[in-house]
Amino acid sequence: MSILVGKDTKVITQGITGATGLFHAKGALDYGTQMVGGVTPGKGGTNVDITLENGTVVSLPVFNTVADAVAKTGATASVIYVPPAFAADSILEAVDAELDLVICITEGIPVIDMIKVTRYMEGRKTRLIGPNCPGVITPGECKIGIMPGYIHTKGHVGVVSRSGTLTYEAVHQLTTRGIGQSSAVGIGGDPVKGSEFIDILSMFNDDPDTYAVIMIGEIGGSAEEEAAEWVKANMTKPVVGFIGGATAPPGKRMGHAGAIISGGKGTAAEKIETLERCGIRVAPTPSEMGSTLVSVLEERGLLDKCKTH
Amino acid sequence: MNIHEYQGKQLLKQYGVAVPDGKVAFSVDEAVEAAKSLGTPVVVVKAQIHAGGRGKAGGVKVAKNLDEVREYASQILGKVLVTHQTGPEGKEVKRLLIEQGCDIKKEYYIGLVVDRVTGRIVMMASEEGGTEIEEVAAHTPEKIFKEVIDPAVGLQVFQARKLAYAINIPNELVNKAAKFMLSLYAAFVDKDCSIAEINPLVVTGDGNVMALDAKLNFDSNALYRHKDVVELRDLEEEDEKEIQASKFDLSYIALDGNIGCMVNGAGLAMATMDIIKYYGGDPANFLDVGGGATKEKVTEAFKIILSDEKVKGIFVNIFGGIMKCDIIADGVISAAKELGLDRPLVVRLEGTNVELGKKMLNESGLNIVAADSMADGAQKIVALVK
Repeated sequence: MSILVGKDTKVITQGITGATGLFHAKGALDYGTQMVGGVTPGKGGTNVDITLENGTVVSLPVFNTVADAVAKTGATASVIYVPPAFAADSILEAVDAELDLVICITEGIPVIDMIKVTRYMEGRKTRLIGPNCPGVITPGECKIGIMPGYIHTKGHVGVVSRSGTLTYEAVHQLTTRGIGQSSAVGIGGDPVKGSEFIDILSMFNDDPDTYAVIMIGEIGGSAEEEAAEWVKANMTKPVVGFIGGATAPPGKRMGHAGAIISGGKGTAAEKIETLERCGIRVAPTPSEMGSTLVSVLEERGLLDKCKTH
Repeated sequence: MNIHEYQGKQLLKQYGVAVPDGKVAFSVDEAVEAAKSLGTPVVVVKAQIHAGGRGKAGGVKVAKNLDEVREYASQILGKVLVTHQTGPEGKEVKRLLIEQGCDIKKEYYIGLVVDRVTGRIVMMASEEGGTEIEEVAAHTPEKIFKEVIDPAVGLQVFQARKLAYAINIPNELVNKAAKFMLSLYAAFVDKDCSIAEINPLVVTGDGNVMALDAKLNFDSNALYRHKDVVELRDLEEEDEKEIQASKFDLSYIALDGNIGCMVNGAGLAMATMDIIKYYGGDPANFLDVGGGATKEKVTEAFKIILSDEKVKGIFVNIFGGIMKCDIIADGVISAAKELGLDRPLVVRLEGTNVELGKKMLNESGLNIVAADSMADGAQKIVALVK
């Protein structure tokens, strides 16, 4: 088991004929993900031929609409690599086609567009991950997004993060310590997004194959604090945390649209204090995310169960 | 992106938001001319910089005649204002707003922000106008009223009225205040603002509801659809290195320390600053070269870091995913060769093509210190700049 994606997930790429979409469709296929097609309005009826690392050529059908792609391929998930000006529309189209899961990688979508998107999604079945995120991976089964697949190992620790590269950093620290991951989820660095920490933590809590979780937050907003309170009240598995941006000056947007301390709120100190109070051990530096988890697993007698080699 | 108060007021006026008449002036003579043409007995001379707290710093003066306008304009123009938002170095005043004085009965606060918890735009209102809203929130949170706006229908008249009554706008002016709020919301959504603050909103002796100040911030992700807003950008208000970085689509923020950082990914870039600080150093900047950086972009990033005279050493921290380590190495080598590397450089590479990247750095003949991890790299650069 795992969360969100697995070996049965059938994926289409929205924006498959663009350079980015094509590059990552190939990466997903190389990893073993079931990529079943793509969508680019105006290119429906054509095929894209992708030559994999092992020399095999895969021919994916392209459709004009997501609805067509779903009807013809039985896709259950989509990944979006559409430029920011058109990405909100792509999300809405995927939601309208009733996919289970939509993962939006695109960075730079106007926040007002995302406000409309989240409003439109209310009461509908689709789960959105992102935007401005690296994607989701269940090691050994399914990779949807831009993360380097080879750093991951199949296992029992869940990773959830607002930052892409810090997710890789955490996963790498786990893998080099012989600890595999059940799934790694990047929820994205934007202020208004599809899924928050609590949504993902709750799935990890319900997943019998996940024994512990690393949660990586950063300055801005209060999602980490809310998640910590939720963990304290509901989570049956140990959670270890890290918060980036302790040295960030207030009022400056640190790359991610959502990483900004405004009105004295959303500081790292505040977040770390709340996490610790709610029983989440916080790694003192980003280099110690893996070792902090290991020490917690040891204390809980879970280390052997989490070791994969 | 920020704009000046006078630009904000001009923009809001297009949406029917009531603002006092005013004109921008770049010189003392222009200020006097502007005051003449306004033709009111009292005018306000206001420093235009991208920071709040101007009044307390002596950047806002009320003039009762043209001689006073001349006097105040010459005092304020060219003056370096230090407010709680400018930092200790302050900001030089290069523009003035010459504005009609008005008979203020009472001051209020109106603001629009994007609320991350609800994923909606929220209008906030308070009777405590003129003071910092953060102060009000900290000490008397019960004096801030909020309405969450459904994007499907926008701000409704009843919501605006509710807020107006809650903050005790005089009964006969409630409808005017509600209209003000609806116009402000229309401008916010239409122009993709991220913050709109009217502090103070005033009611005047002659029965008007007006924006005495206006602070507008715009969502930089949406600027592509607002060419008119982009034209309002004042480059003199921004850090030169940040402007240079934005030309190359690099995310750069200048800080006060002496260790230059070049990192891929915003989260890792922030965490790199944190770990430098943890080991007793001080980062000179935040710099995310992004996921799809080319050799040219890396070279440019390196140049920007080296152009900062405060920088005594550089830490490159890369976790290659899409970003390949050999491209980073290539960019670092070409920039170092072009500009001459006169300061210590520590490089930590991990991820895609890491071995190739390390090999290129080793064979470059440059004096580069290799690091095995973030922690190792941070400790090394901190020791080298001491």
